[in-house]
Amino acid sequence: MEKVYVNSVGSISAQKTFDNTQFLEEIISHTETVLPVVNPNYKDYIPPAAARRMAKGIKMGVVASKLALEEAGLENVDAIITGTGMGCVRDSEKFVSAIIDNDEQYLTPTSFIQSTHNTVGGQIALGIKCKGYNFTYVHSSNSFESSLLDAKLMLNCNEATNILIGGVDEIGEHTTKLHRLVDHVKAESSNSLEVLDSNTKGAIFGEGANFFVLGNHKNKSSYAEVVSVKMYNSITNTVSDLAQQFLAEKDLSVNDIDALVLGNNGDIIFDTYYNELSNGIFSKTQQVYYKHLCGEFNTASSFGFWLASKVLKNQHLPEAVKLNEVNPSSFKTVLLYNQYRGENHSFTLLRKC
Amino acid sequence: MSKGVAITGMGIISAIGNNVSENYASLIEGKKGISKISKIDTIHKNDIMVGEIDFTNAALEKQLGLSSDNNYSRTALLGVVAAKQAIENAGITDINKYKTGLISSTSVGGMDMTEQYYYEYFDDATHRKYIESHHAGDSTQKIAEQLGLEQSLVTTISTACSSAANAIMLGARLIKSGELDRVVVGGKDCLSKFTINGFKTLMILSDTYNTPFDEYRKGLNLGEAAAYLVLESDKVVKAENKKVLAYVKGYGNANDAFHQTASSENGDGATLAMEQALKVAGLKPSEIDYINAHGTATGNNDLSEGRAIQRVFGNDVPDFSSTKAYTGHTLAAAGAIEAVYAVLALQNNVIYPNLNFKTQMKEFDITPQTILKEKELQTVLSNSLGFGGNCSTVIFSKEQ
Repeated sequence: MEKVYVNSVGSISAQKTFDNTQFLEEIISHTETVLPVVNPNYKDYIPPAAARRMAKGIKMGVVASKLALEEAGLENVDAIITGTGMGCVRDSEKFVSAIIDNDEQYLTPTSFIQSTHNTVGGQIALGIKCKGYNFTYVHSSNSFESSLLDAKLMLNCNEATNILIGGVDEIGEHTTKLHRLVDHVKAESSNSLEVLDSNTKGAIFGEGANFFVLGNHKNKSSYAEVVSVKMYNSITNTVSDLAQQFLAEKDLSVNDIDALVLGNNGDIIFDTYYNELSNGIFSKTQQVYYKHLCGEFNTASSFGFWLASKVLKNQHLPEAVKLNEVNPSSFKTVLLYNQYRGENHSFTLLRKC
Repeated sequence: MSKGVAITGMGIISAIGNNVSENYASLIEGKKGISKISKIDTIHKNDIMVGEIDFTNAALEKQLGLSSDNNYSRTALLGVVAAKQAIENAGITDINKYKTGLISSTSVGGMDMTEQYYYEYFDDATHRKYIESHHAGDSTQKIAEQLGLEQSLVTTISTACSSAANAIMLGARLIKSGELDRVVVGGKDCLSKFTINGFKTLMILSDTYNTPFDEYRKGLNLGEAAAYLVLESDKVVKAENKKVLAYVKGYGNANDAFHQTASSENGDGATLAMEQALKVAGLKPSEIDYINAHGTATGNNDLSEGRAIQRVFGNDVPDFSSTKAYTGHTLAAAGAIEAVYAVLALQNNVIYPNLNFKTQMKEFDITPQTILKEKELQTVLSNSLGFGGNCSTVIFSKEQ
């Protein structure tokens, strides 16, 4: 079985992450409960006429994937696998409201076409003329992990050499309003960097695109090895049991983990899953959090994956993401855990390469 | 990679039947499920025809024994009905006994509820329970819960009209790699104003019965459906002494990389998908006995797909037909309902007629099978082609 490596990254987030030479040296705090991304200059990557027509999700996905391809020194890949919880949700909103507001008349197809979940993956393929395997996963907080698992299967079996994977979601204004109605978004705005101390229901929402080239050949620029990824629709055991079981399958235990990257979003009800790990079996492990930087969205865990990859390559953990102060001398093995509202849990294991 | 992927159960609900045997009876009798729309109040109701399922949401909720505070979209309701049938058909009583997963697919998800309560949500709290059931993964999560799947690999694919074929493909790969012992795969989509108006703006909806591969085809009829198949590894088949309905023999996925919604004129993506599926199956084109075509009856699809079939099969094109004239185009579910039809074809050694075909297309000389044909079948190739250039092919076989 071939090993699988993260060979390049491309990130657009609520932090200035699109420059791969930087690593969270500068932190942006937000005071809203919805965090928009720091936009790169899209025109540097997409012809202006095309960019004007593109949905935000497409633009973010296309540019993040270009960043990743550029860093990997590749013009094409064998497969493109995208994760997105909501697709280009703004276009879905546009089309639904146009249907209702105009009583199903005077509609144009653009927003319908862009609303299709696989639009980002399709547009990336179109842009680089990639006729290979092209999948889009749309399973809430496990959308990105599904892409990762699929790519890993393919690379393990040597059915592909280089695969572009990514997670992308955009903020939709109407959708966010609806999520406010059911308390999924925090009612009160405050400093986003202090979201874990909010003691309130809901999360701060965000958006972003994090793309990666995975390959089964290690090179000079490789970030990390993808050792394992597992998803769970629900959990019946405790999350601690599940974590230990997951590690045991790779002959590892809690003590082998140099950093635990958690998807805490400050929701007092559902952060209990993370707290169980950080206060329990991993209390002596370096803990890392990130949703205060990028916000919560269905593919926010792809930002966590970006973060863990950067930590393993740079052997440096930025202050802004430390949940405690263990400060190991080196980072060899990193475990990621994520879930959203008690469903769709995942563990991902990365190793220094 | 010589491991087999056995199909041991299937379930379906579509415009031509509420279970596998009803669907088969309609296919054999040439009974279409296409009619005027009755359950959605759309201004297009006199200009379009659809493949609608008879049951109302209330009837489906009752059938599933759901409490009145449930937040199931119609997509979820249809999905649960079909998935439960598949599990029962496979004789599974303890779903967590083996490493079992669920790979589902949808394109509309909970859009049927969102478009109804889009503004109403703000003033009236009654329907807010549906806010959480909008996203595409929700209906899959509900199926998993209804099947009793716990701590399992559950995910959703959305690649437009090729979604369910891709779910079958991923399921087969998960079994071959040993990641899972058993996996429920399929797709579901309900009718919605969103898709009706979407396809209407693309000007590819027919105002009458759709006519796949006909020179004067006018476009597609949308349909709603759900279908699921249970795939099991050799190990489970042996241990449980399972009856195997058919095998997933090969699969291929490629991207046309031509246009966001249209297929390339020569069907590059479809050609690649079919070639790859043959390669994975270890079969020569001449070993395919029947092609269940995507055949949506749009001008673009049937031309592109027909050309791709010719490119792959040359002068020796096997019998082919599209079953879209029966069911309408059921979007994300299409690959799954047609997988069920492919298995039924293998089991009964029949080729379904391509209904409504009258006039030969002038661009090529291949003609679909237009009357029911009995023929010993070993293999069936099924195509699913979608927006975003997504092209998928799955090959089913009688023997491993």
